[in-house]
Amino acid sequence: MRLDETAAAAAEAGTGAADVLLKVQNLVKYFPVSSTKLIHRERDYVHAVDDVSLEVRRGETLGLVGETGCGKSTLARCVARLYDVTSGTVTFDGTDITKFSARRMRPFRREIQMIFQDPYGSLNPRRRVGSIIGDPFAIHRTARGAERNRRVQELMELVGLNPEHYNRFPAEFSGGQRQRIGVARALAFRPKLIICDEPVSALDVSIQAQILNLLSDLQRELGLTYIFIAHDLSVVRHVSHRVAVMYLGKIAEQAPSEQMWVHPRHPYTDALLSAVPLPDPEHAGQRERIILAGDVPSPINPPSGCRFHPRCPKARQACVEADPDLVPRLGDGADHLAACHFPVEDGEDISLSTPAIAAEQRVVESGLIAGA
Amino acid sequence: MALLEVKDLNVSFRTDDGIVQAVRGVSFKVEPGQTLGIVGESGSGKSVATQTIMGLTRGAEVWGQALFEGRDLLTMSRDDMVRVRGAKIGMIFQDPLSSLHPFYRVGWQIVEMIRLHDKAVSKAAARKRAIELLELVGIPQPDRRVDDFPHQFSGGMRQRAMIAMAMALNPALLIADEPTTALDVTVQAQVLQMISRLQEEFGTAVILITHDLGVIAEVADDVVVMYGGMVMEQADQVTIFTSYHHPYTEGLLQSLPAYGGERERLHSIPGQPPSPISPPPGCPFAPRCAYVMDRCRTELPPLTVAGTAPGHLSACWLPRDQATREELRRKVLGQSLTLSAEL
Repeated sequence: MRLDETAAAAAEAGTGAADVLLKVQNLVKYFPVSSTKLIHRERDYVHAVDDVSLEVRRGETLGLVGETGCGKSTLARCVARLYDVTSGTVTFDGTDITKFSARRMRPFRREIQMIFQDPYGSLNPRRRVGSIIGDPFAIHRTARGAERNRRVQELMELVGLNPEHYNRFPAEFSGGQRQRIGVARALAFRPKLIICDEPVSALDVSIQAQILNLLSDLQRELGLTYIFIAHDLSVVRHVSHRVAVMYLGKIAEQAPSEQMWVHPRHPYTDALLSAVPLPDPEHAGQRERIILAGDVPSPINPPSGCRFHPRCPKARQACVEADPDLVPRLGDGADHLAACHFPVEDGEDISLSTPAIAAEQRVVESGLIAGA
Repeated sequence: MALLEVKDLNVSFRTDDGIVQAVRGVSFKVEPGQTLGIVGESGSGKSVATQTIMGLTRGAEVWGQALFEGRDLLTMSRDDMVRVRGAKIGMIFQDPLSSLHPFYRVGWQIVEMIRLHDKAVSKAAARKRAIELLELVGIPQPDRRVDDFPHQFSGGMRQRAMIAMAMALNPALLIADEPTTALDVTVQAQVLQMISRLQEEFGTAVILITHDLGVIAEVADDVVVMYGGMVMEQADQVTIFTSYHHPYTEGLLQSLPAYGGERERLHSIPGQPPSPISPPPGCPFAPRCAYVMDRCRTELPPLTVAGTAPGHLSACWLPRDQATREELRRKVLGQSLTLSAEL
């Protein structure tokens, strides 16, 4: 199932095009915010996604991680063309769909589907499950009557639901089963790309494992490509072939999954990984925790240079001045990219570093945390 | 003497669909200065149990005892309860946005809390204390932020403000119900670190309710595993992770994506959690258990000594030796295979 090797080989040969299902280039998405000034000539914008480029290869799972407000969901919605992009291009299966009208998008809607976080909010409580799953067929006018019923029941079976429960309401299903309904609906047209936006965050661990197994079985059987958004890093690690870490609208680091976990280059990735609580009391004590000070700055006026510099333990003057490029660092392969002027070396403990920039450019906290 | 001792707590609610037995015979102890972790999935009764102790479950039928410093919280008068709640036992909830009043300034809410319990404190003194508390929990520029409204705080800052409020009167016990579930991992790390530092500094005991075994591994001294309103297993933290006895604990640990293992199929626990309305007579976990025996479906296993570690209790009929355990598992697996073949 692993396509990393072949895909990486193709990319190196410079003929990646055949393997690339989705290509995002210099994608920018700004949201205008209403100004509080009385006379406002200049509008403020939330820089939700700022100049992001990435590729998703056919058959792989690309994990997208980052904290609340880092732009991961916005990026996904731009890719699915649920939002219009401010600038940049989205190329799906060789076609530039960035500026497509709703009518021209229609055939592509079948091929790009989404699964949402909240299995309670994403299903209409007053409609029967069969009709919810049958929606795609109704909207695209492909199957009706008994034919539609048959296909809906096939889908229910595919995702491990009892097809006899066709006439039930969402309230009669548990959280995990509802998420299966969401998966069934997304699979109606055998899409090429499924964007999973926090698909297991609302579920209990035992149920979470059922859904993750289902997604990986479906990927194997149907050759699906996933963009998997989650804030739970151990889940992302489990499902993804490659991972992109986002911070404040930009990609901080991108690498094959294991590579990222073993050799994080960006100090933010390093801090993020060290913050994950491990279900292993024996190692929890030994591990060095990197506790970042403060919160993510406002995306309305993102910091200059590297956006992570106010919280970065390794920040230097160069980080304030210049935005680092997303390129391989420290002799990494072509598939491991980091946007950092001073990448983390293997075995380096960045919690021992102190930033060498002026105090007003840093996020400083008082009290206990600063004494840590 | 234990700071808090809960004995045979039962909580049920009358609903239109029948009686919901949310908590069934739960007992646990919290020692001064210690952290007790309560783990369980949604509907396991972990939150209802602690809310009942605090007198926050209205309309519930409650039996049992909850002795706090020797006095039963469940039979205490309303006035006495008001004096204990907040002053002796602090509480923080999952969602800091809905626990802070959106209409009042953060500082005002802390001041109100202090003055409610001690009318002798002047407004100015209480405000000074509020600023100190905000500084203690790591809010930058506390003298300015004290006048902010909750919406001007980020999620992590709100949770810290809640902690500041809960710690305002230096309580002996802090009940934290999923305190970091709504927060990002880096903020979660900040908040957990802060709770343990406050605990060291003030000797506060903590009950931490969570579904995240990672959080338990980081902070808990003792662990209670709940399922279907009952305690399945309890032990010290290391025992729970390394020499657990109960199949549910095993299932929970195995369904986590391994943090270092290969990318393989996850062990999931089949089926759904039980309905709290008219639960089956036997063990609540029996329908999903990999080791289920006939006895499990009819007889409720009592919480008994399960291992050599002191205080290790498990509610399971399963023998302790590994060989019998494996044999049972194979048998159950064989049965379910023939069953699915017949279907």
